Amino acid sequence: MSDGAGRLDVRKTYKLYIGGAFPRSESGRSYEVTAADGRFLANAARASRKDLRDAVVAARKAQPGWAAATAYNRGQVLYRVAEVLEGRREQFAAEVAAAWGVDATAAAGEVDAAIDRWVWYAGWSDKIAVVDGAANPVAGPYFNFSIPEPTGVVGIVAPQTSPLLGLVSVIAPVVVSGNTCVVIASHRMPLPAITLSEVLATSDVPGGVINLLTGHVEELAPHLAGHMDVNAIDLAGVEPDAAAELEVAAADNIKRVLRPPTDGEPDWTAEPDPRRILRFTETKTVWHPMGV
Amino acid sequence: MTTPSEPATSDAAVATISDVPDLITPTWEYAPAPEAREIVTIRSSYGLFVGGEFVESSDGRAFKTVNPASEEVLAEVTEAGPADVDRAVTAARRAYDDVWGPMSGRERAKYLYRIARTIQERARELAVLETLDNGKPIRETRDVDVPLAAAHFFHHAGWADKLAHAGYGADPRPLGVAGQIIPWNFPLLMLAWKIAPALACGNTVVLKPAETTPLSALAFAEICQQADLPPGVVNIVTGAGETGRAVVEHPDVDKVAFTGSTEVGKLIRRAVAGTRKKLTLELGGKAANVVFDDAALDQAVEGIVNGIFFNQGHVCCAGSRLLVQESVVEPVMDRLKRRLGKLRVGDPLDKNTDLGAINSSEQLERITELVEAGAAEGAHLWQAECTLPERGWWFPPTVFTEVSQSHRIAREEIFGPVLSVLTFRTPDEAVDKANNTPYGLSAGVWTEKGSRILWMAQRLRAGVVWANTFNRFDPASPFGGYKESGFGREGGRHGLEAYLDV
Repeated sequence: MSDGAGRLDVRKTYKLYIGGAFPRSESGRSYEVTAADGRFLANAARASRKDLRDAVVAARKAQPGWAAATAYNRGQVLYRVAEVLEGRREQFAAEVAAAWGVDATAAAGEVDAAIDRWVWYAGWSDKIAVVDGAANPVAGPYFNFSIPEPTGVVGIVAPQTSPLLGLVSVIAPVVVSGNTCVVIASHRMPLPAITLSEVLATSDVPGGVINLLTGHVEELAPHLAGHMDVNAIDLAGVEPDAAAELEVAAADNIKRVLRPPTDGEPDWTAEPDPRRILRFTETKTVWHPMGV
Repeated sequence: MTTPSEPATSDAAVATISDVPDLITPTWEYAPAPEAREIVTIRSSYGLFVGGEFVESSDGRAFKTVNPASEEVLAEVTEAGPADVDRAVTAARRAYDDVWGPMSGRERAKYLYRIARTIQERARELAVLETLDNGKPIRETRDVDVPLAAAHFFHHAGWADKLAHAGYGADPRPLGVAGQIIPWNFPLLMLAWKIAPALACGNTVVLKPAETTPLSALAFAEICQQADLPPGVVNIVTGAGETGRAVVEHPDVDKVAFTGSTEVGKLIRRAVAGTRKKLTLELGGKAANVVFDDAALDQAVEGIVNGIFFNQGHVCCAGSRLLVQESVVEPVMDRLKRRLGKLRVGDPLDKNTDLGAINSSEQLERITELVEAGAAEGAHLWQAECTLPERGWWFPPTVFTEVSQSHRIAREEIFGPVLSVLTFRTPDEAVDKANNTPYGLSAGVWTEKGSRILWMAQRLRAGVVWANTFNRFDPASPFGGYKESGFGREGGRHGLEAYLDV
């Protein structure tokens, strides 16, 4: 606005989120993000392979500490994300509305569901070992138990059409068990992801636990799938036809792969399945002799 | 192999256990105690087991399976070609659609119980057959392989009618036809690990045993006949890598399960990319076996021996990297070498034999190559003194000391009776060194301190951690790896997931 009566709004520069900081892409590139109606919204950072590698380094560095946190602590951190997100409902509703081309009321439903999803997964932190662990009755004088453990660093290609609820629905089940992650946000609707990282940075999520990249999925995903220090990938936002190539790349270090559904993106508003958490855990079995 | 003289590592001022003369127990010579091989009838040639009967190949050739302890040809076996594999998959699909899929869990369970009992009834025969074809000692087939194989069918039989209680939803469904490929190190046991859960969950199977050890799988086919298992529920296709590839790539196979090398596992992972086939992989390992200075040393030495010399070291979870706390290296090595001097290497059918034959000449070459690399890279080689038979493929118990983490023998899976010894000073260093591998199948910890065991167990990146024991297996206990040791678990409630559509 330049009529002198009003004020010119201060636009936001959207950057990457790596290791708890907000760098621009080292490549200096950006890409234009438009609203559903075609109007210009922002220039988002276009992450490069180097940014992705930096994000993996940050995720790896953060992983042991995050996994070593108590389940109670991780649950509280996830719940804290919901608290901070709740305080910024209006902003997220506006961003989702712009991306989707719906009014703020309709977009608020997506935001509310995303908040509730953090709460839902927060509660799983100290229950996943209860439902998936086991005391195994082996034949012999041994005490034998199995527990789920995080698999390590997880690469996530976020859902392309659900820029906030879908995003939260793939991040929360990965980090609740103690994994850290590198996420490639929705290409066309990346702004809620970067605003979410502002929430993460101001809640209690340690830097590096969640790293968010904006850019071109087809440019970044092959490097994520082939990265030798990534333990698993979630292909939620990948077209089924494009998944095969990524699965091949994932074979280089025997990554755990969660394939995309064949019939398009699922209904993210449906009740989630806690087995999504177990896709990114390992089962460790410990044997110990019994005797006096 | 000649035996180099032992290095003078022990400080003269410190008395080691081998300096103490043993006046109480004289050394007794063992008389030969061979198990009778007449209990086994081996046919001169075998067809494929498809649709409940042994059939001739339509496009395959034949190959020979030999006794690695004598190089004697045991039988001629069919190498299944793509058309044979297709016939087997078709039989499995028909059995799945018409009989096994619709059958109630209660009835499926009874078939599995029958199989378990028949394995027990024919235990001695199976043990001898396995020893003849594989080269492993009769003591191990008799006491480990065959009883555990029966136990796997018995355990999974009970799951067949209780799947709704396994934590995978109220009505978990089977996947369909499972294509399964197993290695030569535990031929019958790996068959049981694969077939028992697959059938319990309602799948039918096409199984390919290893080309050097097909005979116990063919004997198992007869057991399926004795159990009146419906035709096509279990199909056995013998052959080598090409046969396995045909199984993996067959479009009507819904699930692929593989146990074997990481290298082949990666090929299979790529082959199923872009399909909806469910995949589980049990791959290689380079397990650390960590001995702390407060460990009960005699027990630890037994555990070290069991960890790496069990089954000639042909064990993916073998404790091939020994990590000893620096302050006890000398007593541990001293006792270990003394113990290894008592290991009996030779005729696998002799009930006193500890170490049998290497499974194939190819495997012997691989072991030899890596051992030569270890010596060339500067590690110190020690081999137990023993007389090896003239015929057959043999390798003496071998220990490398002065091994560094960059040596090939500390990084690559040798899959033979070769132990690499490294040292550490602090628990943190032990964890770092133990986890310094792309593998993550198993690990061992020896210490009398309970809190340290739990601390170590939490930090070791491995699917199985044995504390004050090693190489224990049980059908109720999940087994499987982290990282490049593969994904999926076998055994217990967790193992069912691999064979259910969840």
